[in-house]
Amino acid sequence: MEALIRYLAGGLSAGALYGLMALGLVLIYRASEVVNFGHGDMAMISTFVAYTLLRARWPLPIALLGAVLFGAFLGALVEGGPLRLARHRRASPLTLVVITLGLALVLNGLAGLLWGHEIRTFPAMVSGPPLRLGPAVITREQLFNLTVGLLLALALYAFLRLTRIGLALRAVTQNPEVARLMGIPVDRILSLAWGIGVGLGAIAGILAAPLVYLEPNALLPLLIKGFAAAVLGGMTSLPGAVIGGWLLGILENLVAGYIATELKTPFAFALIVAVLVVRPAGLLGRPIARRV
Amino acid sequence: MSADLILSEVTAGYGPILALRGISLEVREGEVVALLGANGAGKTTTLRVIAGLLPPLAGTISFAGHPLHRLPPEQRVARGIVLVPEGRGIFPELTVEENLRLGAWHRRDLRAVRTDLERVFHLFPILRERRAQPAGTLSGGEQQMLAIGRALMARPRLLLLDEPSLGLAPLVVQHIFEILRDIHEAGATLLIAEQNAYLALTLAHWAYILQNGEIRLQGEAQTLRENPEVKALYLGR
Repeated sequence: MEALIRYLAGGLSAGALYGLMALGLVLIYRASEVVNFGHGDMAMISTFVAYTLLRARWPLPIALLGAVLFGAFLGALVEGGPLRLARHRRASPLTLVVITLGLALVLNGLAGLLWGHEIRTFPAMVSGPPLRLGPAVITREQLFNLTVGLLLALALYAFLRLTRIGLALRAVTQNPEVARLMGIPVDRILSLAWGIGVGLGAIAGILAAPLVYLEPNALLPLLIKGFAAAVLGGMTSLPGAVIGGWLLGILENLVAGYIATELKTPFAFALIVAVLVVRPAGLLGRPIARRV
Repeated sequence: MSADLILSEVTAGYGPILALRGISLEVREGEVVALLGANGAGKTTTLRVIAGLLPPLAGTISFAGHPLHRLPPEQRVARGIVLVPEGRGIFPELTVEENLRLGAWHRRDLRAVRTDLERVFHLFPILRERRAQPAGTLSGGEQQMLAIGRALMARPRLLLLDEPSLGLAPLVVQHIFEILRDIHEAGATLLIAEQNAYLALTLAHWAYILQNGEIRLQGEAQTLRENPEVKALYLGR
């Protein structure tokens, strides 16, 4: 029982980070029909920015805020720069995806050049003895990651549902041309979606870095699992992204705990493959409405 | 300055195909003007050029005395040029009310937006009933009402309608055109592209007939209705 609760807590907390990656990916995909293969490397660069600011003795909250804003700016820049230029020349979504893949490699190389390939430690946001709730034990870091993931998902939901800009973003995801006829500046809304998406990725990277350490390829597993969570949730569904993240996190922790640590990732992905064979649209997904 | 729309020698197309070959037309403030012609004659392209979705290759467009060609569609909306696109263009996953609010998205006068919402609900009571439903669940006629209601939320000075009768049952079409008449009587200027020439000519003051991207005929709606060629080609009698 105690072990089970420990695995669940670990799974939910890791899953919250997968969910944050997935949320950003889904938001960007829904807004611009682009699967952002640069997501992991943009998050990684942002995490390195946080690292550098902390080394320069910036206060923790300001360093982190700066790094997340940097990520958001980077995302908006990628959309507003190369992707927009290509789109205005009638590039297909596949071309745009390849551009993000190219940017991922460029950013990865740049990070190696600027920060080197040695493994660096990254400070945890919270520390202290684990918390006991009856038979349950949860580390402060797990609780923190879980809470941050949940709060950010709720904040994104509230933003999309309750604000004027959020409404515009939802309109753009359904029909960008008609959205323009409503007076919505579609290009700026797309940049915003990319900014929010990559900003969420930066937060996931910063929260993951204390666990996986930091070097240019450290966040690759996080990206792949974020993709898996997004696809598991349906790729078009924001709640699906969060739930997909949790499911993946819990699953791999249970496998690692009860079967074998080595099977953690393969088993989790085997199950995802099985789910997608049975339900190709994912758990909460539906085919994207065709744009006219 | 009166809100006249003037197109002069406008050429436009998609890739190598020219859909409009130098058309000139005028819509004066307060008029209802019909744009008639067969499928592919250039009606939709004309409206897309006016709304700013398609940049013309040559020619000029002005509205209320100002040239339009450099303005993106979102800024033309702010000047009062509002298009109800072909196929209605509603946002199917958003609620009816969200669709209507999007019509007024660019407006800052929130109190007036609320009264306008009431006015649209008064004009289309069915939309009030369905305000919390996803718009994709509405019938075709209801979606057309929603598209028109949404356009009214923008307080249009010039309302462009692309095939408002398309795919609708005759009774529903009658209803839509009665409402368009009301909207015109309330002071709006309308430019309507229609395949249903008979219906459009009963509402319009002036009509242009397009053929292969050129203006084939133009005149007062009354006169065109009596024109034997128009009768034979477009009125089917």
